[in-house]
Amino acid sequence: MYAVNYLLLGAVLFSIGVYGVIARRNAVLVLMSVELILNAVNLNFVAFALMTSTIDGQVFVLYVIGVAAAEVGVGLAMVLLVYRNRRSISLDRLSEMKG
Amino acid sequence: MSVLLAADVSVAQNVGFYIIAAAMVFGAFRVVSANNVVHAALWLVIVLAGVAALYILAAAEFVGVSQILVYVGAVMVLFLFGIMLTRAQLGVERDLNNRYWGAAIPVALMLLVVLAWAILDAFDDQTMPDPGGATPTQAIADNVLSNSLVPFLALSFILLAAAVGAIVLARKD
Repeated sequence: MYAVNYLLLGAVLFSIGVYGVIARRNAVLVLMSVELILNAVNLNFVAFALMTSTIDGQVFVLYVIGVAAAEVGVGLAMVLLVYRNRRSISLDRLSEMKG
Repeated sequence: MSVLLAADVSVAQNVGFYIIAAAMVFGAFRVVSANNVVHAALWLVIVLAGVAALYILAAAEFVGVSQILVYVGAVMVLFLFGIMLTRAQLGVERDLNNRYWGAAIPVALMLLVVLAWAILDAFDDQTMPDPGGATPTQAIADNVLSNSLVPFLALSFILLAAAVGAIVLARKD
């Protein structure tokens, strides 16, 4: 299999995730787009691990999965807190810190 | 790139890859374009399961099983709980995008072009070695518990801190 298959698919998923992060206003959908980005990166790690015939890439993917799980937990708790205080999770209305 | 015709490339592996990749790209598009948050979450399941299938196709079966356990199992349940706890009504919603969401399209397209150019410039026509069977899980365990033991312990503390922090943030005092 050609190496560019995995890498190009990772690039496409990454770009779609970046589009979602910028375009979405719902905080939960932004977190989902972040998951798309992280999975695109993981796909590249596994592809490089296969290309170099080493196992470090796979171990790194396991770490990224663990950190992503922690990120989703804390992120959704924060979204829940914002919703409880504002009755809305639209990110473009959270402008109190604008100078 | 006559991908399907090259002699040193497994045709079955490529066909499986393209089917899974097409489903994943379509699912990712639906995640960022759906008007229903629950539908977006369910399309995300397609993408995450496709990533797990591609891990197994790349002989990383332990990572693939971990992906299914953690993402499709735990993270998606978290997302669905988040949707249910932060939304009054379910169903189609019209204002899920920003006012300036159109500006995101050229950004994503330019990023994709640059990434694709760099990838094709560096790795064009480079084939992956045939994995020759699944990666032994024992090798992963040896690596985790010897070379990268310190990051493993750090990850344990991150997960502990995240769990405690999520409880502190989300509880009603």
